[in-house]
Amino acid sequence: MGQKRLKKPKGKRSFWQDLKKNRILWLFLLPAILFFLVNSYLPMVGIYFAFTDFNFKDGLLGSPFVGLKNFEFLFISGALGRLTKNTILYNLAFIVLGNLCQVSLAIIISQLTGKWFKKVNQTLILMPHFVSYVILNVFAYNLFNYDHGLINNIVVNVLEGKPVDFYTNAAWWPFIIVFFNIWKGLGYGTVVYLATITGIGQEYYEAAKVDGASVFQQIRYITLPGVKPTFIILLIYSLGGIVRGQFELFYQLVGNNGLLFSTTDILDTYVYRATISNVDYGIGTAVGLYQSVVGFAIVMVTNYCIRKKDPAYALF
Amino acid sequence: MNKNRNKGPRMKSQRIFNGIFYPLLILISAICVLPFLIILSGSMTDNGVILREGFSLIPKQPTLEAYRTLFQNPTSLISGYRVTIIVTAVGTSVGLFLVSLTGFVLSRKEFTYRNQVSFLIYFTTMFSGGLVPFYYMMCGVLKLKGTLTAQWMPAVLSPFLIVLMRTFISSSVPDELCDAAKIDGAGYGTTFTRVVLPLLKPALAAIGLMLALGYWNDWYRSSLFSSKSNTWSLQFYLYNMVNKANSLNELANQVNIVIRDLPTESVKMAMAMLVTGPVLLFYPFVQKYFVAGITVGAVKG
Repeated sequence: MGQKRLKKPKGKRSFWQDLKKNRILWLFLLPAILFFLVNSYLPMVGIYFAFTDFNFKDGLLGSPFVGLKNFEFLFISGALGRLTKNTILYNLAFIVLGNLCQVSLAIIISQLTGKWFKKVNQTLILMPHFVSYVILNVFAYNLFNYDHGLINNIVVNVLEGKPVDFYTNAAWWPFIIVFFNIWKGLGYGTVVYLATITGIGQEYYEAAKVDGASVFQQIRYITLPGVKPTFIILLIYSLGGIVRGQFELFYQLVGNNGLLFSTTDILDTYVYRATISNVDYGIGTAVGLYQSVVGFAIVMVTNYCIRKKDPAYALF
Repeated sequence: MNKNRNKGPRMKSQRIFNGIFYPLLILISAICVLPFLIILSGSMTDNGVILREGFSLIPKQPTLEAYRTLFQNPTSLISGYRVTIIVTAVGTSVGLFLVSLTGFVLSRKEFTYRNQVSFLIYFTTMFSGGLVPFYYMMCGVLKLKGTLTAQWMPAVLSPFLIVLMRTFISSSVPDELCDAAKIDGAGYGTTFTRVVLPLLKPALAAIGLMLALGYWNDWYRSSLFSSKSNTWSLQFYLYNMVNKANSLNELANQVNIVIRDLPTESVKMAMAMLVTGPVLLFYPFVQKYFVAGITVGAVKG
């Protein structure tokens, strides 16, 4: 590292020199550079929308500049507070419950003995990861439809109760959404944790077995300490995305059903509606910018705190 | 001796463990598979039975009526398949090429600026202009609305896949091999295609699979960038079918039946089966590559 630093001449020239020396590599990189320029960096210029009352006729630069009006509107109408609260609470539930389910399942699978059973089981729990969120929409429809959903079918015919109207009652949806999120992510997360457990090293388990440790003792003293770093790292990683909602999940399960918005509307669904309807460009950008800034700040602060406490877990 | 004495309680704990968790795992697997069975069963149930008695796990009077309705006038179905197949094929091949090319450059030690470039790529996951500016870029500046390019281009590269590829390369292609190729007079192009790519087969399988899955399952870009229904992907077509009565009406007009008689519920389910069927058919065969991909990503993280 130190040697490399010394070799590299300082200042702007070194970049041009490198461009010449590694021209083939830079050429290989060109598509990626263009890609991120077009898809990520140039659109950042559009952040300016957030400070305008955008209309298509006048375009990006011609639309009237309104300063912080859009943010003011979002703040005073209470939309920003409600959306932020929903987004963060859902994400916390997803992160904490999701990771706990995944790590528990991975530990259980790692300790079971039936090889064939484990294989079939893994195939089945990974299946939800492979289908689109539109299919999730269909599942929800099958289960919760008022007239012929499976749940009402059971409620009416077996329990002889009154059918439940899920699609007008917002109180049910936090549970439904969290359930489907865990359901879809379970297989993927379990594979990640299983990889970590496999990496712990069989010799520890062998030694423990020789000493007569029970399965539960093996989990307590070998597996849990072994997966702890991965668990913490995954939690920290997800923290950075805490103001970014799982758009597809929410939009497919709830869609444009305004009756459910009080408990299900998140920042991302709000921005999507603003974009698709073509009227609230300024407001939509303002919400997006707010998300980026808050998310970025959270990553920076978390990283700073972690680096102080235990640099091994720091992101950068 | 020691080993034998301790075997008793240890085996007992394993028996207890198995006794509790085998049934639990069977239950969890069942919950994961059940929804698929409901859809399959719904697609083969007579529509009248669904309307009267609701969805169930086993079809009462198995019939293929719903599939027949869909195939009678397959214009929309064919259009959906066409869009999805083109977008998936183009996106996956271009993506696979660019991801490996970029990963290759970023894994070269002699590339002085690899850390800076990696950071600029990673930065896009932390900070972005948001949906509106991106949408304006695609539709207002590049004028890609209504094209298929808009549906595959934004997803050919992603920071996650690039990092995954770089990890794969640094763990499965020894530096000495590239150095040797260089000494033998191979340029970067030859090294990449003749030395690196052949060693990356598992990585290409895993990443290609992730890309293809993303494209096949995409409805989001299709909804953002379609102006007419001829660029609807299969998933977006299904979405519209489930959520809007319009597309069902359209179908009813095409096959000349009154909307009341159209087997709406079972047709929705049959459509869902046709949309997700290819994925479920391939899934058992490609699963291991996918798991290998996640595992590499997890270990190096």
